[in-house]
Amino acid sequence: MIELNVNGTVHRLEVEGDTPLLWVLREQLGLTGTKYGCGVAQCGACTVLVDGQATRSCSLPVEAAAGQPVITIEAIETHPVGRHVVEAWVAAQAPQCGYCQSGQVMAATALLAATPKPGPDDIQAAMTNICRCGTYNAVAQAIAIAGERL
Amino acid sequence: MGALLAAALSGAMPPGRPVNMSRRGMFAAAGAGLFLGLAIPGRAPRAQGSPPGAALRHAGKVAAYLRIAPDGKVHLQNPFAEGGQGIDSAVAQIIAEELDAPPADFVVTCAPAGEDYRVMQGGNARFTGGSFSVRSSFAHFRTLGATARAMLIEAAAQRLAVPAAALATEPGRVVHAESGRALPYGELAMAAAALTPPDNPPLRDPATFRLIGRPLPRLDVRAKSTGKVTYAIDVKVDGMLLAAVLHAPRAGAQPAAVTNEAALRAMPGVHSVHRLPGAVAVVADSWWRAKTAVGQAQVAWQALQGPVMGEDFTGEAMLGRLKAAAGSHGGTAEEAGDVQVALAGAARVIEAEYDAPYLAHAQMEPPSATARFDADGSLDVWVPNQAPDFFQASAARVAGIEPAKVRIHSPPLGGFFGRHFAYGAANVHPQAILLAKAVSRPVKVIWSREEEFARDAYRPMAFATFRAGLDAAGEIVAFQAAGHGEGPITRHFGTARLGNPPIDGSIMEGLTGKPYRFAAKRVEFVPVPHPAGVNLGFWRSVGHSMNDFFFESFLDEIAAAAGKDPFALRMALLAQSDRHRTLLNAVADLSGGWRRGPYDAPDGTRRARGVAMASPFGSEVATIAEVSVSEGEVMVHDLWIAIDPGQVVNPRTIEEQVQSAAAIGLSSALFEEIRFERGEVATRNFDTYRVLRRDRMPRVHVRVVESGAPMGGVGEPGTPGVPPAVANAVFALTGQRLRSMPFGRTRLSGA
Repeated sequence: MIELNVNGTVHRLEVEGDTPLLWVLREQLGLTGTKYGCGVAQCGACTVLVDGQATRSCSLPVEAAAGQPVITIEAIETHPVGRHVVEAWVAAQAPQCGYCQSGQVMAATALLAATPKPGPDDIQAAMTNICRCGTYNAVAQAIAIAGERL
Repeated sequence: MGALLAAALSGAMPPGRPVNMSRRGMFAAAGAGLFLGLAIPGRAPRAQGSPPGAALRHAGKVAAYLRIAPDGKVHLQNPFAEGGQGIDSAVAQIIAEELDAPPADFVVTCAPAGEDYRVMQGGNARFTGGSFSVRSSFAHFRTLGATARAMLIEAAAQRLAVPAAALATEPGRVVHAESGRALPYGELAMAAAALTPPDNPPLRDPATFRLIGRPLPRLDVRAKSTGKVTYAIDVKVDGMLLAAVLHAPRAGAQPAAVTNEAALRAMPGVHSVHRLPGAVAVVADSWWRAKTAVGQAQVAWQALQGPVMGEDFTGEAMLGRLKAAAGSHGGTAEEAGDVQVALAGAARVIEAEYDAPYLAHAQMEPPSATARFDADGSLDVWVPNQAPDFFQASAARVAGIEPAKVRIHSPPLGGFFGRHFAYGAANVHPQAILLAKAVSRPVKVIWSREEEFARDAYRPMAFATFRAGLDAAGEIVAFQAAGHGEGPITRHFGTARLGNPPIDGSIMEGLTGKPYRFAAKRVEFVPVPHPAGVNLGFWRSVGHSMNDFFFESFLDEIAAAAGKDPFALRMALLAQSDRHRTLLNAVADLSGGWRRGPYDAPDGTRRARGVAMASPFGSEVATIAEVSVSEGEVMVHDLWIAIDPGQVVNPRTIEEQVQSAAAIGLSSALFEEIRFERGEVATRNFDTYRVLRRDRMPRVHVRVVESGAPMGGVGEPGTPGVPPAVANAVFALTGQRLRSMPFGRTRLSGA
């Protein structure tokens, strides 16, 4: 039995402790906004906040997340920084296919929560998510817009 | 929902339910081959405008496409698949112009399979690819929107008992100016749906367009920014089981036995273990449990039928085969004058060879498919796809049922770039159908990223040779090129479809179709097959993705040999084309004036620029790249891209697509390569298959030039100019000529 706090709700789950958090979110909890892209922490599509830190959930055993608050894209519009990130994403029209963008939004939320006015180096260090549509410039623009509003 | 449907303009069409089964039956009778032949992107016209009187077979079928709900929402069934290119929004924008409805009121889903949605090629084909969507359906959707508007006006005329001519529309409603009365479309939809669609409804004068040509926002951006889009991988069906697969290490081998099946079945959540064509599968109550189990499968792989990838197969070996064919006589794709005579008389002949590797699509969403057999013997399949009719036929064959009994659901695509056509063993849905049949429950199969990279249909490796003859003054008197290999058209449509002489456009476009005028020219296609175990696919910009690199780089080699500036040489070779010269001037202007360099940038780096052109998918593109070299690698700082798609629907989407296309073009130029070792794919995740990330993304400056030429595509054309512009800039900076992609394999000497 694992207790997992996701988006403010505590769930008691019967699941192997080494199951990646990603698959518990997607399959046990039905939170499919968090995406599977590579399974090896390369692409960042699975990024969620674990205790406020941007975390690649495909490579984090669920037992390691137990006892820490997990925030997923489903709760982003209730997050004090995340809601501004979403508005900026919409203003910059950042997503194309959209598949990587849950992870991009979560990574940007963690970045802006820690560094409200990030410089290019901050963005480079925090935003390592792969986007095959190549929305990197639009995402940077969205982060700049969000930074102005924070 | 019931009331909404009853009040709908197309009340007869709940989502996902076939509109007309007999029509699907007719498609089946016509046979997949006919559809294949019609749907080959490479054989279609280069540009499709919207001439008056064009075949608009389905433009009056308002009910098949539009359903206006009482709340005014316009529910649109789009024949095209949305995968980031903005086609849902573009189609809504076109219809909204003629329907006179607010674009933001549109709710768009991908239409089911069926004849009504074959809007391409005279109303006979449907696929999302070849950058064809808007240009092939622009006239259709304008007429459809105008037809629906006329029906709403007629319904209002009857309701208000006034002549239709006394009525006008404002966005979302019909108005009677004389009495000041107005009726929202949502209140008229049911009555309008009962009317016969009129022929030849009046279209707006393009000079009065309020929406077409404007940078409207896309409709799905908020949903995509909040994780609310349901992709195929997210589909959930009651009672479904999840399956993970393990393909044979070397394609072509079959699973003779799973020797530890009992142990796998004893693992948590495992339902069953299955042998499939070329793969084994574990079905479980969760995908993670299925994947964990299949990862431990011990399989006896055997060559049971057909060829198996040779243990000696590598990319280098394949390139050797292609090079060995150099000099063979090929089919003539283009010819002018007598190139042999011209070469013999040339003062100087220069030659070069170019190559490009296999590429993966590497779309971010790993492929999946969900199959559910229903009690009546019909089948539902949820599958990422670019051609529902095609997948319907394929699913029916696998299931052994009539196509009319297959419902294809086409969720938004988490990227595609050509990945989701019917590619045989590269498709997931046959596995899902076989497993659903075997376990008598709905099954969703998801391929892990590793399985996807190992079984994608790759952009083919290709190889080209060039020869140019110069006279004593450095003028080009002869130009000869040959493309070698096999394209996805040959692989999936057969040599019988290549025409006479047989030319595979998917391996030749970009060597052919160039706008430059040469007095003597010959371009040949030399067929060289790839192994059966290497699947081949259409990859963003298809043949252009490699050939424009080859051609435009060699053109720079000619300029260097002739002592000419590469920009000026292109201008001279385009003396006959105002359109191309205008475009070259536009990109030069965008970049602050043509300036080849090398020169010192303010940050202390030494930089240079390269230029390239491409004529893909009915559009024209000119690209300039600025580069420096750092630690032996090329750094691209800026890309300036001018695109002339002839006519513009949404300039913002065009700019976004050019940004995206440029990124994937640069990614392929710098990094990408599927590698084989011992007959197996060795690059099976993003750690070994490197793609462009933020750290190497340049600024991209886009200018859209609307020449008024027939409408071209916009999704792919931004890609092919980037690799040659970068390579030509590297040459200007370092004197090193890059003739092989990816450039990352070549250590640059520095400036």
